[in-house]
Amino acid sequence: MYTEKVITEFTNPQYVGELADADGVGEVGSPTCGDIMRIYLKVEEDRIVDARFQTFGCAAAIASSSMATRMIRDLSLSEAWDLSNADVVDALGGLPAGKVHCSVLARDAVRAAINDYRTRRGLEPWEAGPCECCGGAGCGSHPENG
Amino acid sequence: MNDLDPRPVYMDHAATTFMKPEVIAAMAPYFSEHFGNPSSLYRFAAESRQGVETARRQVAAAIGANPGEINFCAGGSEADNWAIKGVALANRERGNHIVTSAIEHHAVLHTCEWLERQGFSVTYLPVDEFGRVDPADVEEAITDRTTLVSVMAANNEIGTIQPVAEIGRVAHDHGVLFHTDAVQAVGAVPIDVERMEIDLLSLSGHKFYGPKGAGALYIREGTRIESLIHGGGQERGRRAGTENVPGIVGFGRAIELATADIEGHNRCIAAMRDRLVRGILASIPDTRVNGHPKERLANNANFSFRYVEGESILLLLDAHGICASTGSACSSGSSEPSHVLLAIGLPHEEAHGSLRLTLGDANTEDDVDYVLEVLPEVIGRLRKISPLTPSCARIPEVD
Repeated sequence: MYTEKVITEFTNPQYVGELADADGVGEVGSPTCGDIMRIYLKVEEDRIVDARFQTFGCAAAIASSSMATRMIRDLSLSEAWDLSNADVVDALGGLPAGKVHCSVLARDAVRAAINDYRTRRGLEPWEAGPCECCGGAGCGSHPENG
Repeated sequence: MNDLDPRPVYMDHAATTFMKPEVIAAMAPYFSEHFGNPSSLYRFAAESRQGVETARRQVAAAIGANPGEINFCAGGSEADNWAIKGVALANRERGNHIVTSAIEHHAVLHTCEWLERQGFSVTYLPVDEFGRVDPADVEEAITDRTTLVSVMAANNEIGTIQPVAEIGRVAHDHGVLFHTDAVQAVGAVPIDVERMEIDLLSLSGHKFYGPKGAGALYIREGTRIESLIHGGGQERGRRAGTENVPGIVGFGRAIELATADIEGHNRCIAAMRDRLVRGILASIPDTRVNGHPKERLANNANFSFRYVEGESILLLLDAHGICASTGSACSSGSSEPSHVLLAIGLPHEEAHGSLRLTLGDANTEDDVDYVLEVLPEVIGRLRKISPLTPSCARIPEVD
């Protein structure tokens, strides 16, 4: 069901845990739907110098959030903002159809952390465009949008 | 996972069981020398016919029925579909109402939902925190339009055994037919269709060391029921299709073995299961045992580990060679966790964090030790990753 990369990322997540002095924290999901992701960012001069995650969820959720933290390290905030769920899926060598929403959650957690950083700095949060997986048509991955 | 212990420890016997060598041996001749079609008239087919009729007697003896009341079919799901649709359709002049429970197998629930779409009405009874149906609730739900009560003998997820005899009595007091899905119960709970006042009972061979694709529906003599599969005149005209002769023969032998010494078998399995439960509760904080403390299948242990999700538990156990099961939605691709765990009142996050371990005849005390060694480490790793884990629930790491 899962690719070898998903299993490897899930069984050996690298950047697990809380960043006590994080500059931005993003949390998405809910216990009801069975996935909660929290991403912590340490930012220096608009660049992500450290990223950590905590996830309650299935193997795909853990692997997606782990991969996302791996991918956004050393990126600028706007580069990290542009990380798409498809990038996460590709890096994992693919996800089963029913698990693609986990990669969307990971992207959303990254964006929530970036906007938390911006809000803390008194900056306007960035607006998320239409979802690239459904173009706003409703892919079932964004319960908060109905 | 090459770096980990690859030993397979199978603790998912409620999903399916291996086949016992005696069962395979009983079936073997029916694949080769006795391959005749039981419906054929020539003498060569008599062996096949006798194989089927021997199995029918074996199944009947195991549940206190007459051989003529045993109808072979393809398994538990077909038996459930047949019982419910067959009774609903055959008795629709008398009524259109069915009473069942919220924790039935999907073979029952989805069948009832389908009947609702055809204009029938269904009452889904709640269960208590242990998963038990109250016979008084059954009585209250029955109306003069009710034709069938269907309550499982034992639950597949949490192992809770229902008060089947009491429910049967209530149904009969009101002149209503009683069906029970006994797929998980046979071999673990002594079944007597007379004493328990059961009119229809579903059975599946692969849950008690028999073959997959072989099941049966017990139908009490005189019960009004429509057929599900139409065609030839097999099973006395009730279920068309050439008989799965090797499967039926294996099914008969397996049920004979499974019901030979239920009490002794349960004692042995429950001792291992209880040690497993005690060990897990002692080593993993914030753990809940789901199901009934006493009225439960001897081989079933079902836990909720707070702060973690079931599918990730399964996959880490799998990496250590342990086969188990979960009621988490993430293992099935749906968004709702197990309807059984929600029905016993678990909050969503605990329902998502469930693990079912079901022991069987090949498990040893070593297997129990191995699970007790691996599981705390697995839960500890996942709790370390989870944002929900308070520091007091972290399991110290052993290096």
